Amino acid sequence: MIDLDINDRTQRIDADPNTPLLYVLRDHLGMNGAKFGCGLGQCGACTVMIDGEAVFSCVTPISVLKGRKIKTVEGLGTTSKLSVLQGAFIDEQAAQCGYCIAGMIMRAQALLEKNPAPSDAEIRRHMMPNLCRCGTHMRILRAVRRAAQNMRAARAQALPEKV
Amino acid sequence: MNTRSSLLGLAVAAAVAAILSDARWDAPADAATREPMFDRQTVAKGAQLAAIGNCAACHTQPGGKPYAGGRPLKTMFGTIYSTNITPDVETGIVAWSQGDFLRAMHDGTDRAGRNLYPAFPYDHFTRVTDDDVNAIYAFVMTRDPVHAVVPPNRLTFPMNLRPLLSAWKMLFFDRGVYRPDPTHGAQWNRGAYLVDGLGHCGACHTPRNSLGAEEKRQDLGGGEAEGWHATALDASSPTPLPWTAEQMFKYLRQGWDDSHGTAAGPMKPVSHDLSEVNEEDVRAIAAYLMWTMKQRHLRPASPAETLGGAAQTGEGAVIFEGACASCHGGSSASTPSTHTVPLGLTTSLNAPDPRNAIHIVLEGIWPESGESGAWMPGFEGALSADQLATLLAYLRAHFTSQPTWSDIASHLRETMQRKDRQ
Repeated sequence: MIDLDINDRTQRIDADPNTPLLYVLRDHLGMNGAKFGCGLGQCGACTVMIDGEAVFSCVTPISVLKGRKIKTVEGLGTTSKLSVLQGAFIDEQAAQCGYCIAGMIMRAQALLEKNPAPSDAEIRRHMMPNLCRCGTHMRILRAVRRAAQNMRAARAQALPEKV
Repeated sequence: MNTRSSLLGLAVAAAVAAILSDARWDAPADAATREPMFDRQTVAKGAQLAAIGNCAACHTQPGGKPYAGGRPLKTMFGTIYSTNITPDVETGIVAWSQGDFLRAMHDGTDRAGRNLYPAFPYDHFTRVTDDDVNAIYAFVMTRDPVHAVVPPNRLTFPMNLRPLLSAWKMLFFDRGVYRPDPTHGAQWNRGAYLVDGLGHCGACHTPRNSLGAEEKRQDLGGGEAEGWHATALDASSPTPLPWTAEQMFKYLRQGWDDSHGTAAGPMKPVSHDLSEVNEEDVRAIAAYLMWTMKQRHLRPASPAETLGGAAQTGEGAVIFEGACASCHGGSSASTPSTHTVPLGLTTSLNAPDPRNAIHIVLEGIWPESGESGAWMPGFEGALSADQLATLLAYLRAHFTSQPTWSDIASHLRETMQRKDRQ
């Protein structure tokens, strides 16, 4: 038995310690946001966040996750209350088949939490490990840029006006 | 005067001015007036030679324009910034004559006669023939000029004093063009010329003394580069499966060999450049390295180390199963999309220290943007420092018959703190 902190909830998991996190998410917990793409850490469809970093859940055994904070796309927003990135992906219509999108959003989330104003080069470099085989990469990049702008705007509004 | 004749007068004046300014050899001249000075063949030869010398790797900063310099090079005495060697008037070397360039390469002296720091490996470039240096000059002078000011070096006292380098040169600098060894054939000599001269392989692959000079008695005996271990290319090479000339040729040109692994870290740009070099030269380098790999050098006895054993299982084995085995595990070697080297054969796991393995597990392996090549995901973020150390100890013990690495944790800390990581 191992306790995992997923989206701020403790989940008690009964699985072999070398089981990849992705299998636990999908098969044990029914959280199907993260996708199985290649199972080899080559495509990024399984990307989740661990302690704020984007990580391939298909090559991350649960044995290394004791005491660490796991965040999946289910922890970002809901259909009635979208996260900023989810809204931006819809606004830019960045999904075609959609299989890669949860991974794309989680990788982008890790970037924007650390760097609210990334340059285009920084976005491209950061998103490099994640593949989209439909070819909506340009829209995905636009969505990340739009999300960064929206996050900054929301933050500026929340702050009191300068005197 | 009508418009036509005044235009003609202007044109004549402009032509005269152009000729006059070009006649002053050190006068700023734009690329258009300089280019015809070099014939295409010489420039093409210079391009090949510049690729063998891997000039672009140091003289280009990440994301910067080619040859415009500014790349920080960490030395044991501080940081040196590579210079802008494009033919830019204000910030480049357009004013350098062929003789100035030759003197820099052969004597380690800049245009004003000041000593150059040996981070610019003139201890190797002094071996390059005049003809070859002149071809590189032609290549460099026909690049696009880039206006780029390079930051000043940040060196500790007294190494920030260039005159001191005269003493360094007296002690360690052996000036002179390569002299062919008649006891060996043409290919061996070509290889030796390229490896010891322009290729400056020893700059990374030879250990350095406390004053930063190569230990010539341990030529190619293993050194370091940018926080990576540069593998020994003499008889002390840690590879469990001796290289063949054909494997070395492929590795140098394609950055990959099925029995040894991938050209990673600072070796990646080297194999990238060598992919553009004519085959015979790369074959000569490979042939010469087959000879150096047979040379034994006396070296200081290393402290006794314990042999690793099956004790390193448990947690490391579990991490391996969950994180690595889907590609590197025996049972899944048939997965069509993965093409891996048996881990026990990789140079990084057999190396005397864990730095290369640390870099690869942390950062993964990937081709440069727009290129094809091997891919491995990095595990920084997924694994904590303790977990990485456990995994590395397991890999070393389980896959090689080498002594355990005694200093994984400190190397890990050091590597993770490096700012110049890719």
